[in-house]
Amino acid sequence: MKRLASIAFATAIALFLQGCAGWQSALDPKGPAASELAWLIWFFTGLCAVVWVLVMAALAVPLMMRSRQHAEPLALDAGADSRKLRVVMVAVGLTAVILVGLTLLSFFANRTLAAIGSDAALTIRVTGHQWWWEVRYEDATPSRILTTANEIHIPAGEPVRLLLTSTDVIHSFWVPSLSGKLDLIPGRMNVLDIKADKPGVYRGQCAEFCGAQHANMGTFIIAEPRAKFDAWWNDQLQPAAAPTGDEAKAGENLFLKRPCVMCHKIGGTPAGGTVAPDLTHVASRQTLAAGTLTMSRGNLAAWIADPQGVKPGSHMPVVDLSGDELNAIVAYLEGLK
Amino acid sequence: MNQRPALDLSGLPTFGHGPRSPTWWGTLGFMALEGMGFALAAGAYLYLVTLWPNWRLSAPQPNHWPGTIVTLLLIASLVPNHILNTYAKRCAMRPVRIGMVVMSLLGLAPLVVRWFEFPALNIYWDTNAYGSMIWVLLGLHTTHLITDVGDTIVLTVLMFTHHGYSGRRFGDVGDNVFYWDFVVLTWIPIYLLIYWLPRLG
Amino acid sequence: MSSADLTSERDLPPEREASTKGDIAPERDGPRDTGMDDVSLHRWLARTWRTPPGIIGALSSVDHKVIARRYLITAFLFLCLGGLNAVAMRIQLSGPQRGLIGPDLYNQLFTMHGVTMMFLFAVPIVQATGIYLVPLMVGTRNIAFPRLNAFGYWVYLSGGLFAWVSFALAMAPDVGWFAYVPLSGPEFGPGKRADVWAQMITYTEVSSLAVAVATIVTVLKQRAPGMSLDKIPLYVWALLVTSFVVVFAMPAVMITSTFLILDRLVGTHIFNPAEGGDVLLFQHLFWFFGHPEVYIIFLPATGMVSAIIPAFARRPAFGHLGLVLSLIAVGFLSFGLWVHHMFATGLPKLGASFFTASSMLIAIPNGVQIFCWLATLWDGRPVIRTPLLFVFGFFFTFVIGGLTGVMLASVPLDLQVHDTYFVVAHFHYVLIGGSVFPLLGAAYLWFPKITGRMMSERLGRWHFWLAMIGFNAAFFPMHIVGLWGMPRRVYTYPAELGWGNINLFISAGAVLFFLSFVLFAFNLVHGALRGTPAGDNPWDAGTLEWATSSPPPSYNFARIPVVTNVEPLWAERGALPVASGLRVDARELIISTVAEAHPDIREKSATPSIWPLLAAIAVGATFLYSIFTPWAIVWGAAPIAVTLVGWFWPKGDPEDEE
Repeated sequence: MKRLASIAFATAIALFLQGCAGWQSALDPKGPAASELAWLIWFFTGLCAVVWVLVMAALAVPLMMRSRQHAEPLALDAGADSRKLRVVMVAVGLTAVILVGLTLLSFFANRTLAAIGSDAALTIRVTGHQWWWEVRYEDATPSRILTTANEIHIPAGEPVRLLLTSTDVIHSFWVPSLSGKLDLIPGRMNVLDIKADKPGVYRGQCAEFCGAQHANMGTFIIAEPRAKFDAWWNDQLQPAAAPTGDEAKAGENLFLKRPCVMCHKIGGTPAGGTVAPDLTHVASRQTLAAGTLTMSRGNLAAWIADPQGVKPGSHMPVVDLSGDELNAIVAYLEGLK
Repeated sequence: MNQRPALDLSGLPTFGHGPRSPTWWGTLGFMALEGMGFALAAGAYLYLVTLWPNWRLSAPQPNHWPGTIVTLLLIASLVPNHILNTYAKRCAMRPVRIGMVVMSLLGLAPLVVRWFEFPALNIYWDTNAYGSMIWVLLGLHTTHLITDVGDTIVLTVLMFTHHGYSGRRFGDVGDNVFYWDFVVLTWIPIYLLIYWLPRLG
Repeated sequence: MSSADLTSERDLPPEREASTKGDIAPERDGPRDTGMDDVSLHRWLARTWRTPPGIIGALSSVDHKVIARRYLITAFLFLCLGGLNAVAMRIQLSGPQRGLIGPDLYNQLFTMHGVTMMFLFAVPIVQATGIYLVPLMVGTRNIAFPRLNAFGYWVYLSGGLFAWVSFALAMAPDVGWFAYVPLSGPEFGPGKRADVWAQMITYTEVSSLAVAVATIVTVLKQRAPGMSLDKIPLYVWALLVTSFVVVFAMPAVMITSTFLILDRLVGTHIFNPAEGGDVLLFQHLFWFFGHPEVYIIFLPATGMVSAIIPAFARRPAFGHLGLVLSLIAVGFLSFGLWVHHMFATGLPKLGASFFTASSMLIAIPNGVQIFCWLATLWDGRPVIRTPLLFVFGFFFTFVIGGLTGVMLASVPLDLQVHDTYFVVAHFHYVLIGGSVFPLLGAAYLWFPKITGRMMSERLGRWHFWLAMIGFNAAFFPMHIVGLWGMPRRVYTYPAELGWGNINLFISAGAVLFFLSFVLFAFNLVHGALRGTPAGDNPWDAGTLEWATSSPPPSYNFARIPVVTNVEPLWAERGALPVASGLRVDARELIISTVAEAHPDIREKSATPSIWPLLAAIAVGATFLYSIFTPWAIVWGAAPIAVTLVGWFWPKGDPEDEE
């Protein structure tokens, strides 16, 4: 039995080490907040492990010592009990010291975290929707305000301020390799400062149960060098690319005639819906449907043809399209880089 | 296991009044949990008050008069309530019967006025959260008022039957007195919250 | 204390004399047990205390042991259903992108799993164990307010059936056991699913509150003569503290669910931020109940540990006073930490830090308990039997759960692990390790008392190891996958995140853990039918429940014991001192004073009655109807009033009249 337990334990450890290098892992920090937190997690874990081993030793050692047994349960050894009382008092005292230490540690860690974004120059408003993220880049110049969805580009090495809110239910924004989570609550606004040390793509997902498609509400933080980020922002401000080729042109027409236009916006066209993700540059994104599918022609078609199969319960309705119509719309959307 | 007689209890009485009786403790337990319910509802109300700087949310002020009359009636009822209690302790049937009838009437009277309190709030429960909360607070207390008045009336009828001539029944009268005190005392903070707190805003 | 002290006149309240005067009919005295031989005594008491024959008789029973058995069996069945929910979820999660269960069903499954385990299994089973054991341990003949207790069971049963019938009709709640607004509110929770959640809460809370009040009064007023506060068994203390926590915590969830149903049904705006309400108010109210809820489940389990360890360590618990004070401290502190469930909502930092400190603080009394138990075990050579094995399992797992709890108390750390599988691992270590393992130990310990037969020790050991391995295999890796970023309550996950293998391992562990319960069920049935007869006190334990036969007679004790020690059976090896002078033709038991347990009144305990069942049906139907229309409360009031009057109206038994 014990062998079995130790095999299980070894397997667990092996799996543990294998998975440390994830792109959505609190143990694989890529920013100052997550680094501080990872250190805190390891420290707490180490200390807790020591305490656990000591308690188990206190349980196991006397069992192995096999001391004498009382003949009569009420005949107690007063001397032994008073010695035990001292041991228990010391143990309680140590517990208190450890707890005070951990409380202070966590208090100071919190202060460190709060200082990270104090000089953030960039503010992004993230609004939670069932089941996608609306991302709005704030700017003093109204024409530079940019709205996109699900993928958040940030300049690497700079703190960024996220303003979190929701228009429907409560969601929670969590990109573990950059920072802890914070809720998006209707009627309230939360502030989360994040910073990525290096360029890279960091995955996150909604961490507060928000209904049918809570599982498929992913987001990506894409950290880029400042120049590349600025270029990206400028590109995204442009209206949608005009369709090239007959199929894509037909697709644009269909898009504007069919119910698609009621919910989605495509800059530079009459499509101005705001209840669903902005598609002006949809093809420049890496994934579809909030991280559910990777961006490709096939996946675009699958998502449009069968949204309830891909993401059951999502608010994207099935639009009745013939095969040709579907291909046309996909061709159009694919061009919206 | 072997036994040896060690204690003779044949002389013990078969009922007791007040804290000697388990029923009194049970009543206290229910008061504790219902009081907790009142406290939490009041806490929820105060939480919303502190959350919104413009509390009352531009609703008109409530008319406090029906509520004030209920308050005065309830406070006045405490006097006969406690006179009834002294007779219940003495197990004196005639004054207890009179007292129970009086208390039934003094329970119905505020209930009648209570009917006019709801329109006097000057807002509906579905107008905004302020309206919802004051309706909830008033409704919560009204539920207690109705159940206790019902209980009092049933016990009054019981005291006029032959079942009344029992120590346990007089104990029940005592517990009814105790519970009525609770209904009256919980009303005071709710009255202030409903009618006077909104006037501050 | 000598037994003569117990009745000396100076201890009796002065009102005693007055109470015998006045307009009351003289007591129609009946035969007393003084000097009666054992055979006649048994015949009298058996006739007086029996549950009437027939179906109506069975449904009218107010015997705490009968009610408790029903509770235990019902709660065990709900455990199995909740476990099947879990197995279904684990099959779905055993690999990435599995399509066995869609989100609609999955969300109902995890909601029903949580709701069933918390409201239909954990709380009822710890209360049911108390209903069975507390009256026996304090040496009385029935629980206080036995009809209320019966009513509690019927309401609980109807609440459980209501929830599971909804599940069968695919209209079970799918908003999580916490049912946060706005997801459960009128706008985003269409249909009746969230209403089912809200009313199911109401049923089960009515039932727990009823049991809590009955338990408190039993402990305070019905203790055997001489069982002063310092001689109350630790298990009874645990149930007393738990019942107080229930009384002050459960109203919060009733308020929460009532507010929710008002918002949904009649259009109030309590949780609607657009009209002056607030969504976080729901969370504050819910967790004001929800955190104490954990201790409502855990504290009785500590009482079980405190009962098992002395019996097998062969000595009274070390640090009895420390253990009692720890229980009380935990009970109080449990109300001061609810906000640690809400750190991710972005509360002000200073407030959050306060709750870090209070959450850390509760580890101290829990630590005191652990150290006192260890010190008890240090004494001698413990007799290692299945109940003690489960206590070892409790130490092994609960300490892990407690320590991860300390991690969660830290605000910054919590923001990484909150709502991930790390938290799932944490609270299963606390609830299964801290509560279910002691419960399983308690089942082996008290099974012989309840059935008169022993469970198999050999199967018990297999059960223990299977449960330990299955449990740790299922839940330990969840800590890791949580840190890898896997959130809770997801019905699937993408393959590229690399969580597949570890989830497969977890699912295998979960199946193993489920099988351990199958083995347990087999051992229960086998023990009940074929187990070796147990005798009164198979473990040579020291508390009063072992002083009577196994299973106990309907009247529990032929003569009420007089208590001289916290472990009375160890202190009175020769012959147990007992009281006499009670009537045998009426259900008499002793009401004693709160602190010293001086005998004070010969009270009549209520007779069997069908009215609690009828009242529960009226109440249950009203709750059910109320999810469709608020007028249900008006229509339901009449039948409820009628059944309650029927319940309380005297029927002319001696029990009613004096």
